[in-house]
Amino acid sequence: MFRTRHLLSSAAVLAALVLAGCSTTKLDEAPVETRNVPADGSTSSAGTGGAGAAGTAQSGVATVDLSKQGGGAAAGLLAQRTVFFDFDSFVVKDEYRPMLEAHAKALSANRSKRMVLEGHTDERGGREYNLALGQKRAEAVLRTMVLLGVQDSQLEAVSFGEEKPAVQGSDEAAWAKNRRVDLRDK
Amino acid sequence: MSHAPWPRRRFVGALAATAALPAAAQFRVEITGIGGTQIPVAIATFRDETVAPVAVAAVVRADLQRSGLFRIVDVPGSFDESSRINIAEWRGRGADALAVGSVMRLADGRFDVRFKLWDLVKGEELVGQSHVAVAADMRLVSHRIADSIYQNLTGERGVFATRIAYVTKAGPRFQLHVTDADGEGGQIALASPDPIISPAWSPNGRELAYVSFESQKAVVWVQDVQSGQRRMLANFRGSNSAPAWSPDGRDLALTLSRDAVAQIYLMSRDGGAPRRLTQSQAIDTEPVFTPDGRQIYFVSDRGGGPQVYRMPVAGGNAERVTFSGSYNISPAISPDGRVLAFITRQGGAFKLMVQDLSGGGATAITDTTDDESPSFAPNGRLLVYTSRAGGRDVLMTTTLDGRIKSRLLTSGADMREPAWGPFGR
Repeated sequence: MFRTRHLLSSAAVLAALVLAGCSTTKLDEAPVETRNVPADGSTSSAGTGGAGAAGTAQSGVATVDLSKQGGGAAAGLLAQRTVFFDFDSFVVKDEYRPMLEAHAKALSANRSKRMVLEGHTDERGGREYNLALGQKRAEAVLRTMVLLGVQDSQLEAVSFGEEKPAVQGSDEAAWAKNRRVDLRDK
Repeated sequence: MSHAPWPRRRFVGALAATAALPAAAQFRVEITGIGGTQIPVAIATFRDETVAPVAVAAVVRADLQRSGLFRIVDVPGSFDESSRINIAEWRGRGADALAVGSVMRLADGRFDVRFKLWDLVKGEELVGQSHVAVAADMRLVSHRIADSIYQNLTGERGVFATRIAYVTKAGPRFQLHVTDADGEGGQIALASPDPIISPAWSPNGRELAYVSFESQKAVVWVQDVQSGQRRMLANFRGSNSAPAWSPDGRDLALTLSRDAVAQIYLMSRDGGAPRRLTQSQAIDTEPVFTPDGRQIYFVSDRGGGPQVYRMPVAGGNAERVTFSGSYNISPAISPDGRVLAFITRQGGAFKLMVQDLSGGGATAITDTTDDESPSFAPNGRLLVYTSRAGGRDVLMTTTLDGRIKSRLLTSGADMREPAWGPFGR
């Protein structure tokens, strides 16, 4: 049971990572339909001409990728559920503000909705001290969301310290991905 | 590396098989530097000891050797507690002491283990004992005999019959183990798919407090070791962690984040309302009581980085205890209250340090760089801690001068969070 759930949540984190990685450029673009269109445009005429007789056109399949689409910008932001932190830092960076605003709005719109904010650290240092550091990160996200209008009682900040790394590894690339707060529905 | 492929494969298979069984492991001694004086002692194989499931004399020999205080002298021939001992002849073999004994199976299935200890220097009998025990306690009896020899020859209490708790992580499984002080006879107190940290023995050795993440947050539990009955002690909003028993066993100090930042609280062992002990805006955690129960040492980053502080349990100002280095954590206090052990960060390395609390600086006692979680043996002569070797987290013991170390051989799991149990089992 647990392993399945863990795998699923890992997948969600991965998806969030992907989204987080491209969110800034994406949001600058106008929200457009994202059905994939071949870049070279070579087959575009096949779709328009109704040229069934011409052969290849009818076997064309357009990919609809839901992970890149959703219901517009807000849904994209709600799919993001991880706030990353700099080394030894508890500062919620400005780049996460749109995402936290989206979650805050959703929580404010539904006061029975609850969320757990799970703080994490990288593997370096003591387990108990890291547990307290992760808690401090989770509390920082909680305070930000309360300032954005969420009721304190809708949120709980908890910590896993260094116990549940998102990625394995002992280099800065891994550590950076593990210094985080995960937002989870309760 | 010169192994042929097939025995190696068989070896790997054996490891996989033992992973499912109670940990098969043992502390192996590694003496570094020049050992101090060692007492030469002869331990005869106990007569008829093969009737019991434990090789009594071998356990006793290994215990004494691991302490670093003894050198084992070979025994020619067979002897028991009723043998006539030729003192001069034994002295000629270079032994200062001789232990002899026997094992007898009783009608009710228990075993009667008798032993006698001779002081060969003074030419007199020091101890004569009989231990009656069930098969499952034969290892314990062997450790008690080793403790008796240790105490009679050194004047101090031995810790061979004590136990150590620690946590292993193998793949996605976490297990809280309880093992004899020699690393053998391991049993699993708790198995979980979620992390377990910070086990702490009650002063009477009957209960373990620990932090389990089984409810997807840090909650403090107390478990009766013998029966396995467990109860939730602290499950407040936020994280609940770092349990430490008061020396009288009535209260626990612990870290709660119910008021936002991690602070230290005091709770009755029976639960109830926690009383807040620290009042800072910073992280305060890892409390430990002094042996007299009057003070608490803890870690706080109120001055910037984490440092060790102490404060009276009754309330009052905290006083900083560690001064060198910018990251000092995980304090442990020796049973006589005189020595502080802790972990310091030096560059990227984490080192086990000891500091005389009556004054003087801190000294590193390992040459490793990933030390964590020191815990004192109840006689104060040894520390157990974790370090890294061969890409794994391993359990180590060391004397306080760092000269004699032993390593608990592992069966493929990462070992962490050791807690040395009290005397008396």
